[in-house]
Amino acid sequence: MITVEGVNHQIGSVRILHDIRTRLPEGRLTALIGPNGAGKSTLMRLIGRLEALQSGRITVAGHDLATTRTGELAKIMAILGQNTAIASRLRVAELVGFGRWPHHKGRPRPQDRDKVSQALEAFALTSLANRFLDEISGGQAQRAHIAMSFAQDTPWLLLDEPLNNLDMAHARGLMTLLSELVRGQGRSVAMVVHEINYAAAWADHVIAMKDGRIMAEGDPDTVLTEAVLSKLYDTPVSVGRHRNRPLVLHHA
Amino acid sequence: MLLSGLAVLLAAISLLWMFQGIGGGNREFILRLRGGKLAALITVAASIGVATVLFQTVAANRVLTPSIMGFDALYILLQSVMVASMGSAGVAGFPDIAKFLVEVGAMSMLAALLFGMLLARRGRDIPRTILTGVILGVMFRSMSGFLTRIMDPNEFAVVQAASFASFNHVDTTLLPIGAALTTAAIMIALWLSPRLDVMALGREPAVSLGLRFDTMVIGALMLVAVLVSVSTALVGPVAFFGLIVAGLAHGLTQSARHTALLPAAALIASILVVGGQWIFERIMGQAATLSVVIELAGGIFFLYLLLKGRIR
Ligand SMILES: Nc1ncnc2c1ncn2[C@@H]1O[C@H](COP(=O)(O)OP(=O)(O)O)[C@@H](O)[C@H]1O
Ligand SMILES: [Mg+2]
Repeated sequence: MITVEGVNHQIGSVRILHDIRTRLPEGRLTALIGPNGAGKSTLMRLIGRLEALQSGRITVAGHDLATTRTGELAKIMAILGQNTAIASRLRVAELVGFGRWPHHKGRPRPQDRDKVSQALEAFALTSLANRFLDEISGGQAQRAHIAMSFAQDTPWLLLDEPLNNLDMAHARGLMTLLSELVRGQGRSVAMVVHEINYAAAWADHVIAMKDGRIMAEGDPDTVLTEAVLSKLYDTPVSVGRHRNRPLVLHHA
Repeated sequence: MLLSGLAVLLAAISLLWMFQGIGGGNREFILRLRGGKLAALITVAASIGVATVLFQTVAANRVLTPSIMGFDALYILLQSVMVASMGSAGVAGFPDIAKFLVEVGAMSMLAALLFGMLLARRGRDIPRTILTGVILGVMFRSMSGFLTRIMDPNEFAVVQAASFASFNHVDTTLLPIGAALTTAAIMIALWLSPRLDVMALGREPAVSLGLRFDTMVIGALMLVAVLVSVSTALVGPVAFFGLIVAGLAHGLTQSARHTALLPAAALIASILVVGGQWIFERIMGQAATLSVVIELAGGIFFLYLLLKGRIR
């Protein structure tokens, strides 16, 4: 479980998050939704210790972020930020290989190489393994970054808008893979989802944020309703059903 | 493969440097003279090459070098402050090596503090980082200029000698300690290679992989400071040479691994400096100065990188 207690955050004099208090359940796929600028990425980055905590307390699987060494945390959670730009010029396989670094600290063992090939295979990157990241498409690069987090092989996986740049087939492939991780291997996934119907179709738990506050949270059926979503996005939304799950329609 | 090729090339050039045109008389004296200078050139070259690769890794940028950011100007300012506060007599009374070590220590602290802050704040905003660095460099230079103006002529001469690059007049009194510091710094950098590889990914991926990023930035900047202090103390400031070396190291190794990049940078830099100095000193008979040619070529390369938009 991830617990967030009394987390406030400000940049300059602007308050970005207001007293956030929430729990992300273990062994579930949690979707963070909300309009642009709601503070979803900021909350993700705080949980993933990419940003320093200004107030409050966050624990991941019982480890307090404030007192756990960052190298230990890297074996508990992998986080992929929204902006995945990489400074160095790397081949796909090298990037994915870095996902094993928390485990081998620079001396890859045979099992690390196996995990890397599995990750390449799972994200259909095997044929691109030797290409440089700047010589493949945006969607392929996005998959390579997710594959790196996947290879990190942590109980928690935090992804900020991983569906960016992915076409329909690959987006669906990723969601299927993530729910298989959750249901088949008991791992926990938290992701920021921009396209709400991916949350509707795959999430077990939804957290809806607006203006730096949590507006609603719970299972998809209680959060993804016309009342909540219309207020969340300040726009009329209708919610139907498809295969016993909510289906959000936003064309007038 | 590449590394052994470069090592063989450097060995060949070094042999040429040592034995070419050696006369019958007083071989031992000439060899000792040439050997000392060879060691100094390699120390300086390796320092600049490794410092630049390290710095570019910290800055996540292929256009910046320690000199562009004002590292060597800071070192010269420190020297001026020392001379101005102790007087040339005081400095002369103070052993060279102790003075140098104090300078290197102060330089490491200041550089880690100053550039660490700068990179932490503006790391992503490259044009602004470059501009701030250039301004810092100008500031350091004019501050040491001011100090030298209020000094007496003897003190001035001490500082003056340190402020211009020259591969012809290498300060060999500091060679043993300089070579030792350079060797130690390069060894530490090699030992840190796996962590440097992760650092090169950028702050966020590195933190996500569990690297203590801010500690690494400070450590790497201190190594850069030591290396720049050594090279500046031995030959003076060299602004753009590191840029060529780092560019070649990345281009030739085609690798992001520091176990390959760092030795490649050290070897390439040594080949260029020893080879260049050999040509200028023995073939062209001091008709031109290596440092000027290196700076010119490096400056053109810098412009090329900027114009090509390769600012990252
Ligand atoms: N570096 C920054 N400086 C100033 N404001 C920022 C910065 N990063 C984010 N913000 C502001 O914080 C708020 C939340 O941003 P973010 O967490 O990225 O939102 P989301 O991911 O939900 O779109 C926004 O209003 C945004 O403008
Ligand atoms: Mg966001």
